[in-house]
Amino acid sequence: MTHVSVAVPCRLQINGQGYAADLPPSVTLLDLLRERLGLIGTKKGCDHGQCGACTVLVDGKRVKSCLILAVSIPDAAVMTIEGISQNGRLHPMQQAFIDTDAFQCGYCTPGQIMSAIALLEEGHIHSRAEIREFMSGNLCRCGAYNGIIDAIERIVAQQRGNHAGEAA
Amino acid sequence: MNVISTHIGQPVSRIDGVAKVTGQAKYAAEPHPPGMLYGVVVNSPIARGRIETIHDAEARQIPGVIEIMTHLNRPHAALFEKSYMDGLGVPGAPYRPLHDGEIHFNGQPVAVVFAETFEAAREAAMLVRVDYERWPHNANFEVALHQKYMPSKTRSNYVPPKPRGDAAAAYALSAVKTEGRYHLAPEHHNPMEMHATTVIVEDDGTFTVWDKTQGPQAVQAYLASALSLSKDQVRVRNPYVGGAFGSGLRAVYNVFLATLAAKMLKRAVRVTLTRPQMFTHAFRPEAVMDIALGASRDGTLQSMIVKGVTDTSRFEHNMENIVIWGLINYRCPNATADYKVAPRDTYTSSDMRAPGAATGVNLLEMAIDEMAYACGMDPLAFRLHNYSDIDAMHDMPLTSKALRDAMAQGAQHFGWHDRSMIPGSMRDGRELVGWGMATGIWDAMFSPTSARARLGQDGRLHIATAASDIGTGTYTILAQTAAEAFGMPLDRIDIELGDSALPECPTEGGSWTAASAGAAVWLACHSLRTKLFAALARCKNAPSWARQDSVKLEGGALHGMNENAQDSLSLSDALSLTGQDVLEAEETAKPGLRGKISQMRKARFTHSAVFCEVRVDPELGTVRVTRLVNAVAAGRIMNPKTAASQIRGAMVMATGMALHEDSLMDERVGQFMNHNFAEYHIPAHADIPDMDVLFVNEHDDEVSPLGVKGVGEIGMCGTAAAIANAIFHATGRRERNLPITLGA
Amino acid sequence: MRSFSYSRPSALDEACQGAESVRFLAGGTNLIDLMKSDVERPAHVVDIKSLPMRDITDRPDGGLRLGALVTNADTAAHPLVTGRYPLLASAILAGASPQIRNMATNGGNLNQRTRCHYFYDPAMACNKRSPGTGCAARGGRNRIMAVLGTSDACIATFPSDMCIALAALNATVNLHGPQGERTVSVRDYHRLPGDTPWRDNVLQPGEIVTAIDLPPAPFGPHHTYLKIRDRQSFAFAIVSVAVGLQMEDGRIRRGSIALGGVGTKPWCVPEAEALLNGQPPSHSLFRDVAERLLHGAVADRDNAAKIRLAPRVIERALWQAAVGTPQSQTDKAIR
Ligand SMILES: Cc1cc2nc3c(=O)[nH]c(=O)nc-3n(C[C@H](O)[C@H](O)[C@H](O)COP(=O)(O)OP(=O)(O)OC[C@H]3O[C@@H](n4cnc5c(N)ncnc54)[C@H](O)[C@@H]3O)c2cc1C
Ligand code: SF4
Ligand code: FES
Ligand code: FES
Repeated sequence: MTHVSVAVPCRLQINGQGYAADLPPSVTLLDLLRERLGLIGTKKGCDHGQCGACTVLVDGKRVKSCLILAVSIPDAAVMTIEGISQNGRLHPMQQAFIDTDAFQCGYCTPGQIMSAIALLEEGHIHSRAEIREFMSGNLCRCGAYNGIIDAIERIVAQQRGNHAGEAA
Repeated sequence: MNVISTHIGQPVSRIDGVAKVTGQAKYAAEPHPPGMLYGVVVNSPIARGRIETIHDAEARQIPGVIEIMTHLNRPHAALFEKSYMDGLGVPGAPYRPLHDGEIHFNGQPVAVVFAETFEAAREAAMLVRVDYERWPHNANFEVALHQKYMPSKTRSNYVPPKPRGDAAAAYALSAVKTEGRYHLAPEHHNPMEMHATTVIVEDDGTFTVWDKTQGPQAVQAYLASALSLSKDQVRVRNPYVGGAFGSGLRAVYNVFLATLAAKMLKRAVRVTLTRPQMFTHAFRPEAVMDIALGASRDGTLQSMIVKGVTDTSRFEHNMENIVIWGLINYRCPNATADYKVAPRDTYTSSDMRAPGAATGVNLLEMAIDEMAYACGMDPLAFRLHNYSDIDAMHDMPLTSKALRDAMAQGAQHFGWHDRSMIPGSMRDGRELVGWGMATGIWDAMFSPTSARARLGQDGRLHIATAASDIGTGTYTILAQTAAEAFGMPLDRIDIELGDSALPECPTEGGSWTAASAGAAVWLACHSLRTKLFAALARCKNAPSWARQDSVKLEGGALHGMNENAQDSLSLSDALSLTGQDVLEAEETAKPGLRGKISQMRKARFTHSAVFCEVRVDPELGTVRVTRLVNAVAAGRIMNPKTAASQIRGAMVMATGMALHEDSLMDERVGQFMNHNFAEYHIPAHADIPDMDVLFVNEHDDEVSPLGVKGVGEIGMCGTAAAIANAIFHATGRRERNLPITLGA
Repeated sequence: MRSFSYSRPSALDEACQGAESVRFLAGGTNLIDLMKSDVERPAHVVDIKSLPMRDITDRPDGGLRLGALVTNADTAAHPLVTGRYPLLASAILAGASPQIRNMATNGGNLNQRTRCHYFYDPAMACNKRSPGTGCAARGGRNRIMAVLGTSDACIATFPSDMCIALAALNATVNLHGPQGERTVSVRDYHRLPGDTPWRDNVLQPGEIVTAIDLPPAPFGPHHTYLKIRDRQSFAFAIVSVAVGLQMEDGRIRRGSIALGGVGTKPWCVPEAEALLNGQPPSHSLFRDVAERLLHGAVADRDNAAKIRLAPRVIERALWQAAVGTPQSQTDKAIR
């Protein structure tokens, strides 16, 4: 049996820009980004929540966009990899990934970076073991794990340096 | 070649880094031509049989569905199996997608739904119902073993084992004997990017095919042949590949189906596989190895008997080199090996990272460890005691083998000498600590490759070859090579890869790209430089210093030498002077370039020594890998940063091989049941400790023109064994089946 | 995923209209996954995320009420939870991944379905998905399937981590439905498969989980959530154990224990827990408890290892709790 799907209004802020359209409810946030908005930086590695390649921030929190219906997060602020560099300047996490060779094929990379940015915000950064545990929702088949942890630790150290500077 | 290294050998960051960290790098499923249709494949849930009826009426009702392509309505494609042969050269009758109604394997595509939106195609694919006549099948490896055979025609890269001495007699007489059956579960490549193809129909009716492949030219040839097109009607592009590890060596069915549909519908189409569909094509074969070793009491190997079987499909004879490695790498007067394949009704197994050696070296190195213990010898000392300086199987000298150095430096770095010999004797709190080691060996290969170097008015150097960067760092090392060869800063070099229209390059695989494409780029740059100098010399209005022999190219400009040391000329000015818009050179690197003689008479391998620490909970049997050190002897290292990542990446995959990866076949249906990332476990962040990679000095200018051996596979070879051996050292229990999972 | 209609009511009664072909959507991490796999085929999806069930509040008895829509991540990080129910926080953090926990809700976690490979594959016989078709998992590749509470009709494991802790904590589920409100103990919420494996739990059509109530947990540091799995993180349990012990003068006054990964529902055996009461911790006691918990376990083709492993995990977890060294979910060495 097939059912009629009535288009539903979808209203979002994507990387700071307003988006509004009527969408079939079966469109996921991931497919909206990739197929309807051309934001291909967010990757699809499984489409079932199992790999983390599709990680984006919704209202500042990291989530897997493949398991979210685009119409189900009205007025949410969505941040993707395309939104984190400003005026062509890389986000420090992006630069750290390059510096530590934290990727090979690059396919898991946008998801790792978005996850890492959220991780810093969450503060699960007290040890390499803790960073590893809280990055484990992002698989990397190329096995760039060491580099990713190095990149995150670099930013943590930078931030600590900055805070120390502020405190002084 | 005489390379003074200002660029080669430097730990340069990836030049494609910005594209990747910003999400701008475009992979196969990412071009979006106007009017593109989405294709979703429907697969057979049975292993053998025949399609009786396809019910697609309901699916066609879904708004947006344009066509449902099956064997009944597809356009013409080549009839004969030989037209579907691909670059890998597996003997047999290649599978022809949607050829007819016969089912050869579970997961075989039976229909493809094309619709204007992905959502419509996905829904309609769920509504296609197919009736089958079921035929008996066998997908059980144990049963298949009874039908094992030696294919009459072997794969071109198959190396038949060469016996020496009398292994059976020597075994019988040996004072110390070990014998066992070792097993490796089937594994799936599972690159992070799922296989996908986007086909653009150009205005002139030709097809531009963005495919996830390791060989754009191989796919071009395959499509031309299988779809009865001429080669200039198909251009295949793969500038970025989200990993492949061998899954992109053969043309996967999505590329055939997408291009066939574009031909049928005269419209752009895209077919992307799902993660479960990633378990319906290539996989590393399941393997058993029976290994019997004999040694004298002082630990001298006397006999080696290795028998191995891997699985293949019923229609092709896939083969791997799994039994030869011990015969090559160890000095042992009597040795013999035997290899066969076992057929089952599945898709054909295929090459996965370090095919043959990942299986054969790891299982053998587990057996060697057992023998070392049987002789009461330290496993490192045992290996040194039986070290071979030649290819012992072919009795051939080697271009180089710095394995002794690798063992020494790896052991030193790891602290191996503090190890206690007795299993179960090292503890940290509750956990047993185990230290294990193994050696690795892999072919150092070279394939003829062409590259083009072009200098443009903008003063930039443009390099092109049809190589694929599947995460291997090829963009970067080729830029370094060009920078070195042409005296050019890295940021003024553009590298173009991943396009069948570019100069010929073999399919990426086997770690030969660095050596081969690197050499081609080197030659092309030198040739371009010679051309530039010659053009300037002919050029009347060029400054006189620039028309002489004593000119050098440095920092992206021409400089005078000696008394003219102050003079310089920018490359764009130089080009203008010659009156040309571009200057271009194309060259082909062949193995004969330097090592003509040695190519014939010397064997060439990459080696490694891997050391591992595990912690095992003695009551629960849980295993944690807490340290890995890999010392690698791989000739010249073009870029220690990207090379170390290659080694680490393979070690991660080998950790999966040792502890996690196991494609679970349900023989009743012939299907791998855990076909997703939640149940087929690849290592996650939490599974992987800090890994140290050392490159030992190995100067070898015979192995390849630039002295490069390649680093893509060697990290797989030995690492899984080192983990298994460490588990033995921790617990005193030998596990002969990989992966070693909970409750084993 | 098949087409469906969608609504997002903001009042509870509007949401609870009740029909077999309606599904509630919360975090979506399970429902959307299953719809994409063509296992769930709702005609209508009621998005419940605008309903008012989003708080964690104190209870007069010193317990806590967890709103059904609070995310797993927020629950695990909430000071009242980490302070009073570290066992629950630990179990939540042992499950899934940070991203999924940011999406997954407490009500959704309770109602998540099995990960049985055969359930997920519409081409396979599965009584849970398609009543009466048989159970392909039996005799198949079933190392992840259950060994306790199974029936001829179904051997699927209930996969949650959070619910194992909820069972050990003796939580109560609050339901609101067309017939009004009711409460059910977490231990009685999930059903044994029996002859009707398609019914995972006692939820009636149109009924919604509004909150989960936690009674006071007098365990102090004497608790643990110990999860054994195929990789160190981001994998479902092969065996997991939630324990809380009320210790008094070196003796166990009262013990509470639940198993995950091995049962068709969170596995609790009151007789096993009763063995603990009033006893000092000892190897023989813990062995007896483990034995009692595993009583009646049956393996199928691939999952006998669970029966071997479970008692050892139980004993270790009991020791962790007795000694007051709960398992860390970050440091992977098992305490
Ligand atoms: C890759 C992956 C790995 C995972 N690993 C783990 C793990 O290791 N451990 C673990 O415990 N879990 C794990 N999970 C499962 C995850 O915890 C659940 O999917 C999640 O808790 C479900 O919550 P949700 O809000 O997303 O539910 P939804 O997907 O929205 O709903 C799930 C079901 O519950 C029903 N439902 C939701 N809310 C209510 C309500 N208030 N009242 C009545 N019915 C309701 C829905 O109708 C639906 O049937 C994993 C999931 C994924 C995808
Ligand atoms: S175990 Fe249960 S869920 Fe799995 S196939 Fe059998 S009936 Fe279905
Ligand atoms: S694509 Fe969303 S988690 Fe894999
Ligand atoms: S870089 Fe290739 S999957 Fe992570």
